Formats: sequence, C-alpha cells, structure tokens
Amino acid sequence: MSTSTEVTTFKPEVLVTGGKTYVDVNNDVAAPLERFPNKTWWLCFIIAIATFGVGATLAGIMFMDGLGVLGLNQPNGWGIFIVNFVFWVGIGHAGTLISAVLFLFRQKWRTAINRSAEAMTIFAVMTALLFPVIHTGRPWYAAIWLLPYPNQRHLWVNFRSPLLWDVFAVGTYFTISLTFWFVGLIPDLASIRDRAKDPIRKTIYTVLSLGWRGSNRNWSHYEAAYMILAGLSTPLVLSVHSVVSFDFATSNVPGWHTTIFPPYFVAGAIFSGFAMVVTLLVIAREVFKLKDYITLNHLEKMNKIIMATGMIVGYAYSCEFFIAWYSGSPFERFAFINRAFGPYWWAYWIMVSCNVFIPQVFWFKKARTSIPVMFVVSLFVNIGMWFERFVIVVTSLHRDFVPSNWKYYVPTWYDWGITLGSFGWFFIWFLLFCRVLPVIAMAEVKGVMNLDEGDGSHDPAPLKEVPAHG
Amino acid sequence: MDNQAKAPHLAGVIGFFAGPHHLLKATEKVRDSKYRHFDAFTPYPVHGMDEAQGLKRSPLPFVTFAAGLTGGSLGFMLQYWTSVVDWPLIVGGKPFNSWPAFVPVMFECTILFAGLATVGAMFLLNGLPNHKRKAFDPRITRDQFALLIEAPVALEADRADRFDASQAAEFLKSLGAKEVKSVYSEGWF
Repeated sequence: MSTSTEVTTFKPEVLVTGGKTYVDVNNDVAAPLERFPNKTWWLCFIIAIATFGVGATLAGIMFMDGLGVLGLNQPNGWGIFIVNFVFWVGIGHAGTLISAVLFLFRQKWRTAINRSAEAMTIFAVMTALLFPVIHTGRPWYAAIWLLPYPNQRHLWVNFRSPLLWDVFAVGTYFTISLTFWFVGLIPDLASIRDRAKDPIRKTIYTVLSLGWRGSNRNWSHYEAAYMILAGLSTPLVLSVHSVVSFDFATSNVPGWHTTIFPPYFVAGAIFSGFAMVVTLLVIAREVFKLKDYITLNHLEKMNKIIMATGMIVGYAYSCEFFIAWYSGSPFERFAFINRAFGPYWWAYWIMVSCNVFIPQVFWFKKARTSIPVMFVVSLFVNIGMWFERFVIVVTSLHRDFVPSNWKYYVPTWYDWGITLGSFGWFFIWFLLFCRVLPVIAMAEVKGVMNLDEGDGSHDPAPLKEVPAHG
Repeated sequence: MDNQAKAPHLAGVIGFFAGPHHLLKATEKVRDSKYRHFDAFTPYPVHGMDEAQGLKRSPLPFVTFAAGLTGGSLGFMLQYWTSVVDWPLIVGGKPFNSWPAFVPVMFECTILFAGLATVGAMFLLNGLPNHKRKAFDPRITRDQFALLIEAPVALEADRADRFDASQAAEFLKSLGAKEVKSVYSEGWF
C-alpha cells in the first residue's frame, strides 16, 4: 500500500455551458412562452395545419367511399396504415426511454432533453393511435368496440388476440407517459406561474401547477413518485413494442413468424425515437436559443446511442437471415431472399443503407459533433426506420404460401396523403407544446448545474416588493 | 374557514439562504431546535434535505405495490370471467382459461393501476391540487433557497399566542439567513 497523499478529485461534468445561473435558466426557457410567436412559428404552424387538413380531407372521403380507395387488396390486407402505426409507436419510445431508463441509470444529461422527448412521445403515440382506428373504416365504432365493456351484443373482446393486447399496451403507455410528463412539469409550471405578469396567464398556470410551492415535504413524496414512475415505465416501454411485434410474430406468415421480433422491434423503436429527438432538438435549440442547455455534448451522447441501437438493428437483420436458412423451412428461406432480391428489393436496401450503413459515420467524433451531419443522418434513420416497417409489413404479405395469391402492392394517393396528414397532426401538437410549456425541465437542469455558492449567483435580484401574503 | 381567509393569520417566518449547502446546515440546526413545524423551500429537490429535516421515507412504494397487485388481479379476473364464465368460447383451440395469453393484459393493468395510484397518492400526501396556495415568494421556484418556521396553526390557539415571530426571525438570521420576512397564510395552508 502506498502512502501517497494524493487526493483524487471528482470534477462533475459540465452539462450547462455559458456560465448560466438559475435565473438565466428561467429567463431562457420561459422566453418563447412569453412573447408572441414569430413569423417562423406561424409559417410552420400553418404548414402543419394545411398538411393535416389534406390528410383529414382524404380520410373523410375514405370514410364515405370505403377502404377501397386505398391500395389494400389480397394478399396485402395490411399496408401503409399499419406501417405508419408501427413507425409512430416506435418514435414514441425515445421519450420514455430517456426519462425513465436514463433516470434509473443516473444519466444526468437527460435533464436537458427529457421534457421535449417526452412531449414527442405523447404526440407520436397520439398520431400512431389514429391509424388502427381509421384503418377499420368506421372509426366511430372501432374506438368503442376495442374496449371490453358490457354491451347489447353480449360479446366480449378476444383476450387471446395480440391486437387486443395492443389496445391495452398502447393505451397504458399513453396514459402513463402523459402522467409521467405532467408530474415532471408541475414544478416548472409553478416557475412559470411565479414569473407571470399577465393575469390570464397567471390564472392558467396557477391551475396547471396545482399549487406547487417547492416545499421539501412535497419534494420528498414527489421524488419518490418520480422514481417509482420511472421504474414502472421502464418495463412498460419495453413491453409496448414487444406487444406491437406480437401482432406479427404470433401469425404464421413467413417473415413475421419469428421469436426475434420483440427485442428487434424494441431496439428499432429506440433507434428511430432517438433519431427523431435529434431531428427536433437540432431545430429547437437553434430556434429557441437553447444551445447552452442542449449542448453538443448532449447531442453526441444521443448519436452514440443511435449508432449502438443501429448496430443492434443491423444484427437483427442478419440474424433473421441466418434463422431463415437454419430453420430449413423453404417458405422462410424464400420470404427472406424475396425480401432482399424480390420486387421490393429497393425498399430493403433503402432500409439497410439508412439504418445500418449510414449511422456508421458516428464512429468519427467529427461526425458525431457536427450539427449538419447529425441532422442529415437522423433524417436518414427516420426514413430507414419507416422503410423497415414497410419491408416487414408489405414484403412478408405480398408473396405468401400460394403463388397464385401473389401481388405487387402499390399504395394510392389516399395512403400517401393520410400519411402526410399524420405528420401535420404530430407537428401541430409539437409546435403548440413549444409555445405554451417549458421545453426544458428547468427544475431538473438546476439540480445538475453544480453552481458554486458564494459566487453571488444566488444573491437575490433587487427585491421588487411583493405583498407578503402566503 | 371564511373568516380565516378574510383575516390572513401569521403563517410563519421565512428566511432566505445563499444556497443549498447553507440551507442544509441551517435546516439541521432548526431540526435540533425547539421549533417543530418547519419546511424548506427550494427550486429543485436538494439531496440530503429529507435527513436534515428529519423526514421519514415516503410511504408511496407501499401504495404502488398494493395498487399493482390489485391491477394485475383485476386484469386476470376480467379476462377469466369473460372467457370462462360469462361466454366461454373456444378460440384457436385453446382452453377457456388460457392464462398465458392473459399475461400481457395483466401486465399492462398492473402498470396502469400502480402508476395512477402512485401519482394519486402523491397528490394526496402533498395536498395537491390546491389552487388557493400561492408561492411564499415568487423567487423560490426560480433560484431562492428558503426555510420557513411555521407558526402553529390557529386551531392550537394557545400555542399560536406563544409563537414569537421576531424571535424566530432572529434565530433564522443567526443561522445565516440573508433576508427574513413574515408570511401570512391564505386559504388552506
């Protein structure tokens, strides 16, 4: 044993740059909420509404004319709508992963991005839920018939069907994510309330913040609840896409009937979700001037996760091929050869290029820390992950056991228009969120700032005399 | 209640400290003093404050556990009753009580009940929502670390008389408070 007197010092990671104080956090994060939205915001908002309008109009025509307006026909009973459902649910995985799993792993950098990622999750799940419902062609029935309730027909839902498991999984996921998000918002809403000058704004945030005043007796229960919610959300987030994958895996269609589906879907969901978070944050930090909070360091960490999950997805692609060969089933083998070299070869190779090859640039630190590079890569990953679902849904169905039943599925403009509309719907919500709620979890960011005491940063700004009423 | 709301009574004396570490030290001293009712107010949860304040661990995990068990059991009972009792129907050649197929819904019900009950219990324990409650000082949710020595509530009238605000204020100042003021309660404290 050496008797060195050397002292190991622990230097906490700098998560907020620019020498910000607690006051700056409030001022910077609350600024977009307190000014009239600028032209860029209005332009984006109008585009989002117009896009949603296109989708809604087409969906309206579809309800009147029937599902025949879509490209669906034997053997492709599932098409773009199911692709979109799985895509959006996948996008909705990053938020809860960041807020719950990274919380349990004590990854403090999550504080800068968890709020917006959770918001994205909620809006993505809301978008995803549209598709199975409108896919029934009679959404006003579907919304009720999916639930088990005593009815005049004396019928119950089929609890042995993965489609019903989906109703419970996605429904629970939405509810718990929304609750988790709102619980996280309470202290920040109180912050916004306390700085509000406009009486209407004050009233609204007073109601929303539920009367939070930062008492430590409250923080004590609050933190316990937050920790428990994180613990509950972690298995939940893993279960949701597993259950979505059961929709496919429990069938006997070659290409769907594989046991790798649950972990493969979950990895893909995290992959696509993180890519969407990077896409949105790169824009948000620019527009809302939050570069000191959402730093390159944060984005680099996200990119590392994108690359890691991208390689898990790549492993799953190759594993599927191996198992198809190893199974000895000619149908399985054909399904996978057909996937890569059949009529939909282009979709397969778009998927592999975007998901496996392109994220490899993140091996280089220069690429990981370059805003233009990561923005482009994240867009490619979004595209690639959409195509992954397209490959799974479409290529497995279009050539199954009976060659006389083969067909080349082509989506119609209704499919594409409604898909576009779903992006409009998603962005309407996201833009509204940026306008009315703090996009960064202020209370959590303050907890990881490690400000020195006595540097004057806590000296009260000159007291504006506030009536001392409790 | 109405009368009390009209004439706000002294809620206590609040002192502002330079930062979380100062507040922690001061809180420990108040905990060991004669004052029984006190609370720290911080913009973010300060680690170690529960111990400094002598708070017990939150009982929430028990609520979560009970609600999770309830949710899982109800999830199973719903599926069992509909599939075995109310309308037994053979699906996919499986037995009526094909419990492995019921697991996903049971799991989701467990999480749903546990999560909502936890948040509900947290609100209950914290007395939220309570819109009449206002911040003692608007700067607390921004950057101030404060310690409140509460005056005993009006119900304990005899003790309320004995609460000496200036003495409490002096005590807070001696612990290093930069600024001390009296606060009055409005509504439900």
